[in-house]
Amino acid sequence: MKKLINDPANVVAETLSGFQAAHADLVTVHFDPDYVVRADAPVKGKVGLVSGGGSGHEPLHAGYVGKGMLDAAVPGAVFTSPTPDPIFEATKAVDGGAGVLHIVKNYTGDVLNFETAAEMADMEGITVKAIVVNDDVAVEDSTWTAGRRGVAGTVLVEKIAGAAAERGDDLDAVLAVAEKVNANVRSMGVALTACTVPHAGKPSFDLGEDEIEIGIGIHGEPGRHRIPMAPADSITDQLVDPILADLKPAAGTEVLLFVNGMGGTPEAELYIVYNHARARLEAAGLKVTRSLVGNYITSLEMQGCSVTVLALDAEMTALWDAPVLTPAFRRGV
Amino acid sequence: MTDNLSLAWALAWIRSAQATLEEHRMELIDLDRAIGDGDHGENMSRGFKAVVAKLDDSIPDVQGVLKVVASTLMSTVGGAAGPLYGTAFMRAAKAADGDLDSEKVVAMIAAALEGIVARGKATTGEKTMVDAWTPALEAATAAKDSGASPAAVLRAAADAAAAGAEATIPMQATKGRASYLGERSIGHKDPGSTSTAYLLDEAAKAAGA
Repeated sequence: MKKLINDPANVVAETLSGFQAAHADLVTVHFDPDYVVRADAPVKGKVGLVSGGGSGHEPLHAGYVGKGMLDAAVPGAVFTSPTPDPIFEATKAVDGGAGVLHIVKNYTGDVLNFETAAEMADMEGITVKAIVVNDDVAVEDSTWTAGRRGVAGTVLVEKIAGAAAERGDDLDAVLAVAEKVNANVRSMGVALTACTVPHAGKPSFDLGEDEIEIGIGIHGEPGRHRIPMAPADSITDQLVDPILADLKPAAGTEVLLFVNGMGGTPEAELYIVYNHARARLEAAGLKVTRSLVGNYITSLEMQGCSVTVLALDAEMTALWDAPVLTPAFRRGV
Repeated sequence: MTDNLSLAWALAWIRSAQATLEEHRMELIDLDRAIGDGDHGENMSRGFKAVVAKLDDSIPDVQGVLKVVASTLMSTVGGAAGPLYGTAFMRAAKAADGDLDSEKVVAMIAAALEGIVARGKATTGEKTMVDAWTPALEAATAAKDSGASPAAVLRAAADAAAAGAEATIPMQATKGRASYLGERSIGHKDPGSTSTAYLLDEAAKAAGA
């Protein structure tokens, strides 16, 4: 294992220290319990947005703390959900009196810990509602599993719901926007390599030199099936097709196309995937009116990518275009 | 009744449970690596070490011990096991008022199971720790109804939990992260039901059964 770390036990703490030092103008990092809040938190009268989950997906979630997106992020150990108390402390720290929305990726540990934290907040008189993001079409039959996982669509939920909170929507309205994004977004990912969790020291699964895993999540867990390595266009088809089959957008629908890198993929390759994915969507009669390409929700150093399609309406488009100023995502400011 | 379970039992139980979980740390990691994300052994080890460090003379009774276990697991374990075991011990603590006769032992196990089901929304047959706790409660209830001592009730529960954990091997997981593997989850023992069996076995041993 070759990694730029000092001690596997200190990875999260040292990451947060560096993050605080680099972005002190935008965020404040609290240690023990660990959470990150925007520098001007709590914003009086504004709905607070809190997300979190295992570390190892950077820039998600701490990179999206700031004006127009999240009020707080709660990082757990690498690929392990945070416990309820830091989530609860973060919730208290960003409650500006208008209630707090928890944005949770649908993984069992994340859901249980956020639910418990919400109960703790409720006992303190803070109103908490939650959106559980589940955009991953790789998980097919939700009655036989813990349900679709929350993956790259989470970034879009955080941006668009964050803009709704920033413009002054109340808690129910922000939740409604978040639910609308979640209902209209689908993702599918592929891994060319596994990744190595620092304290495990060995790759999370074995993948042959000429094999790729289709339908992976974001925690280095195996996916839907394994196929031989293939040209980018062919792999892209296998990501786009299940999305379109599930989302079934009407011809003429305006969409946001998001090609996300898993951490170890050159940006050039992401644009090769984007190029073909866009052509596929246009051939299906869709209008790609907004795009995002880059490493926004990663799986440590995994090579691979995910494709995400969000069927837009006027409100979601306007909120997507609204100004945002965070360490990892800034536009219109 | 002199064979009711007291503070000394609760302290002995939790301390020996920590030692057992430490001993089986790699086994739990390997079970979890096969069908989950491989952190169960590490998380339980970290959690129970933190629990034992908090056990001291100021704790007045069984209920106090279980409360310390609950809050410490909740704040140190993470993943799914933290809130599930944390809730189980919190509910068990509420049911464990004073020293425990057979009736209260059963009530404690019933409360723990209720907490796990409420938090995790799983039922039997889904390859989760519910598949160990459910037969444990059934066996404990039957033992209590036949007049067994508190220790014998715990032994019945522990043996049933161990059998329940073994019975998860042929199951296909439909809850938790293992569910994403679908049929590939068949043939592996569920890590959560395995750690449950270890915990209940130590509870019975600490009672002398």
